[in-house]
Amino acid sequence: MSVKNRLEMKNVSKEYYGNRVLKNVSFSLGEGQVLSLVGENGAGKSTLMNILFGMPVIHATGGFEGELFLDGEKVNIKSPEEAMKLGIGMVHQEFMLLPGFSITENIKLNREVTKDSLLSRVFGKPLKWLDMPEMRNDARASLDAIGLGIDEMLPVRGLPVGHMQFVEIARELDKKNIRLLVLDEPTAVLTESDAEKLLESMKILVDKGISVLFISHRLDEVMAVSDKIVILRDGEHVAETSPRETTIDKIAELMVGRKIESGAMQGRPPSALRDEYIIEIRDLSVDMPGEAVKGVTLDVKRGEILGLGGLAGQGKIGIANGIMGLFPSAGEVKMNGEPVRLNSPRASLGNGMAFVSEDRRGTGLLLDDSIEFNIAATAIQTSGKFMKPGIVTILNSREMGDHAREMIEKLDIRCTGPAQLTRRLSGGNQQKVCIARAITLEPSVLFVSEPTRGIDIGAKKLILDHLVQLNRETGLTIIMTSSELAELRSVCDRIAIVYQGRLEGILLPTDSDRDFGLMMAGEYSKFHGKEAV
Amino acid sequence: MKLIQRNIVPIVFLIICALGFKYSGLSWMFFANDLMTRLARNSFLVISLIVPVLAGMGLNFGIVLGAMAGQFAAFITIVYNLTGMAGFFIACALSVPFAVLFGWLTGVLFNKAKGKEMITGLILGFFANGVYQLICLIFIGWIIPVSNKALLLPSGVGFVNTLDLKIWQYAIDKFYVFKPKGIDIPVLKYLNNINFPVVTLVIVALLCAAVVLLFRTKLGQDFRAVGQNRHIAEVAGIKVDRVRIIAVIFSTVLAAWGQLIFLQNIGNVQVYGSHVQVGTFAVAALLIGGATVSRATIGQALLGTVLFHALFIVSPLAGKNIMGSAQVGEYFRVFVAYGVIGIALALHAWQRQTKKE
Amino acid sequence: MGSELLNRIGIPRLIISLFLAFLVAAAFSFGLPMGQIFSAMLTRFGMNALLVLAMIPTIQAGAGPNFGLPFGIICGLIGATLAIELDFSGFPAFFFAVGVSIPLGAAAGWLYGLLLNRVKGQEMTVGTYMGFSIVSVMCIFWLMAPYTSPEMIWPYGGEGLRVTVVLDGRMEQLLDRFLSFNLLGANIPTGLLLVTAFSCVLLWLFMRTRAGLAMSMVGSNPRFAEASGLSVNKYRLLASVISCAMGAAGIIVYSQSYGFIQLYQAPLYMALYSVSAILIGGASLQRATIAQALIGAFLFNGLLVIALPVANVAMDSDISEIMRVIISNGIILYALTRKEAGGDAR
Repeated sequence: MSVKNRLEMKNVSKEYYGNRVLKNVSFSLGEGQVLSLVGENGAGKSTLMNILFGMPVIHATGGFEGELFLDGEKVNIKSPEEAMKLGIGMVHQEFMLLPGFSITENIKLNREVTKDSLLSRVFGKPLKWLDMPEMRNDARASLDAIGLGIDEMLPVRGLPVGHMQFVEIARELDKKNIRLLVLDEPTAVLTESDAEKLLESMKILVDKGISVLFISHRLDEVMAVSDKIVILRDGEHVAETSPRETTIDKIAELMVGRKIESGAMQGRPPSALRDEYIIEIRDLSVDMPGEAVKGVTLDVKRGEILGLGGLAGQGKIGIANGIMGLFPSAGEVKMNGEPVRLNSPRASLGNGMAFVSEDRRGTGLLLDDSIEFNIAATAIQTSGKFMKPGIVTILNSREMGDHAREMIEKLDIRCTGPAQLTRRLSGGNQQKVCIARAITLEPSVLFVSEPTRGIDIGAKKLILDHLVQLNRETGLTIIMTSSELAELRSVCDRIAIVYQGRLEGILLPTDSDRDFGLMMAGEYSKFHGKEAV
Repeated sequence: MKLIQRNIVPIVFLIICALGFKYSGLSWMFFANDLMTRLARNSFLVISLIVPVLAGMGLNFGIVLGAMAGQFAAFITIVYNLTGMAGFFIACALSVPFAVLFGWLTGVLFNKAKGKEMITGLILGFFANGVYQLICLIFIGWIIPVSNKALLLPSGVGFVNTLDLKIWQYAIDKFYVFKPKGIDIPVLKYLNNINFPVVTLVIVALLCAAVVLLFRTKLGQDFRAVGQNRHIAEVAGIKVDRVRIIAVIFSTVLAAWGQLIFLQNIGNVQVYGSHVQVGTFAVAALLIGGATVSRATIGQALLGTVLFHALFIVSPLAGKNIMGSAQVGEYFRVFVAYGVIGIALALHAWQRQTKKE
Repeated sequence: MGSELLNRIGIPRLIISLFLAFLVAAAFSFGLPMGQIFSAMLTRFGMNALLVLAMIPTIQAGAGPNFGLPFGIICGLIGATLAIELDFSGFPAFFFAVGVSIPLGAAAGWLYGLLLNRVKGQEMTVGTYMGFSIVSVMCIFWLMAPYTSPEMIWPYGGEGLRVTVVLDGRMEQLLDRFLSFNLLGANIPTGLLLVTAFSCVLLWLFMRTRAGLAMSMVGSNPRFAEASGLSVNKYRLLASVISCAMGAAGIIVYSQSYGFIQLYQAPLYMALYSVSAILIGGASLQRATIAQALIGAFLFNGLLVIALPVANVAMDSDISEIMRVIISNGIILYALTRKEAGGDAR
């Protein structure tokens, strides 16, 4: 094993607003090799890629610590353009293709082959002719190299998704100086056969001496293609291994495993809860872009805190959004044995369900209205609370203000007063306003999605404690969706894991790291048969 | 069938024009000659809209500023009495610095109002008209000295309403006029006795060729890339803001020249009126030709100019013969201009919205 | 703290206020009749207030300032001309005109609202051109409509209605003169101001009802409103209906004070002047309050009233009209290029 190092990262650390998201990460990737980065959402993979690519978000937030070496040379990448110049290419998760351009034009976008024109001698490069035949040749060569036999002059609009992914790779390949290619979940949108083809084309790249940084949640793919596997967890480099030395379940365990302070798990044993179901979900599917749900069946016990976990994009977020009528959904949902009309937020609210959205600023708040109005707004519309009867029924400001003050005290919302605009609050306090609004509806079931996303550590604990307190004091059933498994395990009684839009299984917070890791990677049933579901 | 569907707008207007022509009772000779004149003098302005459309900035209502640039240049030639073809081309040259400046300012403004370029361009046109009036009515003769007092209002401040442009009227239109006679081939014989302003038409043809060729250069490719998706273009390293500003400058300069061609045909400048409706009429013509907010071709621009101006010619008389009032026809064509724009914009927004949902 | 205060007042509002103060001082030093000027300012304010207030519902519902105000205005003109055609005068004429035009305006607003719901995000451009279109359609209407009242048609056999219809003896300054009194040489148009105040109270009450609050939620954050079980389209439609109905009533108040009904092309730019007034008052394209509308109406119209005599003394020209064009469009441009928060989060 005497391969030269193509990329070396040494002691890379990064802090966002006092929040350490990368801690002394070091690894190296050899020339013509594939290194897979695996980890949960929020493990630090994307931050690492942003650093490698010199994204503005890194430098706008104070840069990073540590050193990067490319072919042994220390580099300091300050912008994506520099990264491109150094021969680093990236295939993004979302397609970066212009639908109205042909494949050739996309492959050569802003790197067109040009030749002199009469005017270009005076006005310079912009007025040079495009050399279309030459561009076609280049595009053809790149497409052939990865074995895509389609016509290079076809417009991208209308191509199958799989082909678009190949065009993206062909474009990176066409960059003559390409040394290192980052593939960020390239197979997430592909069918199995397309994914296989893509993995094959990766081998072609590697044979050309290009190094590949591969990011994927599909552990079987990782096992199939990698020379080296680096596992990140909470911004730390926890293990470095290779497919020969490890197994899928070991990787899964390493990805998830984390210390949870003993005693921090507040979930109650199954025996403490009666088998009485407040909500019965049958074959629910939700058409939420990026978080599609494809037939979930799940029962929620009265009075429990149920966690919904899973990796990003697998559909856990879609469940609450579907039941609350925010995205088109189909299937059957019963509450207290009565069917709930789907696709109607009003019906869901009327049935005693309330929702704290994961999209706090987009859906959860009226950013340019006061705290008091935010708290009261939904209740005013659904149940006519805070209205003063008269010839015309108008808003009772005093009652609304009093209620807001009560909530501010109860949930410890740090603000200048009930009239402050919610835009000016910190994330944690905004979240408390959202919770206050939901409680004001006096619901019997509360959906809470990503309650601690983007919130500093101190406030996180407060919010989770409030939720548990609410549950214990009033018997409110809570369905909490979160990408942070540790958080689910610390407060939930049961945790349902969603994989590819379906329920993979239900675990107790005390179950092993390995089981959680396997379930989230969709590998659980392979190891355990169907028993868990 | 698909062909009809795709070209439904021009077809509808073709039918309206044909009916209007029939009811107007105009002779073919008169109609065709008038139409030829209008085609020659207006098509340049319409073509000036194409670049911003393809660069994704929608219909550039800001070409009013280009027309103003042209008029400023025309004023200079009037004050210095530069006559004939030389005068006209000097005006064209002089209009460039004005137009580049105005285009640059417009582009900067558009970059600050991305996604709202059209309403911004429209309001900018109104705003610029105020500033223009301030200059022509207050500053001229007061801050900007003008030696020829005959051009000024009696008070010695401000231009008079109408400035004569006899000095270079028809400088290019009448340089060489071709009038076919004695053609005896079916269809083509309708061209007999129609005056073709050859030089003007050649200039327009050259411009069309230039626009087509522009889109085969690197810059043209950048325009199209930016027009399709700003974000992706940016990621590919294209300087999006700069490309957009260049697109607007192109449009503004072409509009300035277009306005000068227009003026040399008309033979005078309505100081406070010639430019006002330039944006609306050009946009309406382009849309009638079948263009949309995000797609426009040279062919659509030319066809639209023909149809729009055919409607202009026939509607007063047709209105009089059908409704008993020429005034109705006048208002009808104003309505067509506004209505076509309104409907086109609404359809565009509607399509975008349904696509999103 | 200083910049905080400046932010709250808003730079344009500050500049315009200072400019107005400067002009008032200039007028005073030129020895112009301040009493007359002041009452003219009050009258112009009252004349326009309702048309400016009409911007509030659509802004609050997230459809932006109502550039389609002409839809309402033409309905008001129909009401006013019908009142004359049927030979009403005095308060019956006024109430008849308002009574006819409000439902008409509401209906027009409903149709316009249906359109607005299909062009979300492009309301301003589409509204402007649809407004222009409807004004030109109405030009044909004024030409063809079978009105017979000699006060309105051309005396010597011209076609259609006159361009301006004199309201002398019908309802010229009906409201302005109602209970008007003299204060320090200034004539106070009590009735007009009362109508303005009454409209404000009605609007204020409405904005605090459940429907009014819902409308404001829809504009503030449509996703939030949907999650609260509201139909975004329904409340945008309601806003358009109310706005156009207000526009219809507003133009009658405007006309009676002006003393003429202006037909044909006159309503073309009226929406733009109302839009700029409310923006000068400190509103944004997303949020507006009654106070902002009133302040804006006062500043904008006050400026125009006082600029004319001052300009006439200082220099002999049309600077007042030019100023109106520059200021009103400049403020709209300013609002368009400002990076605004909020709006449709999608």
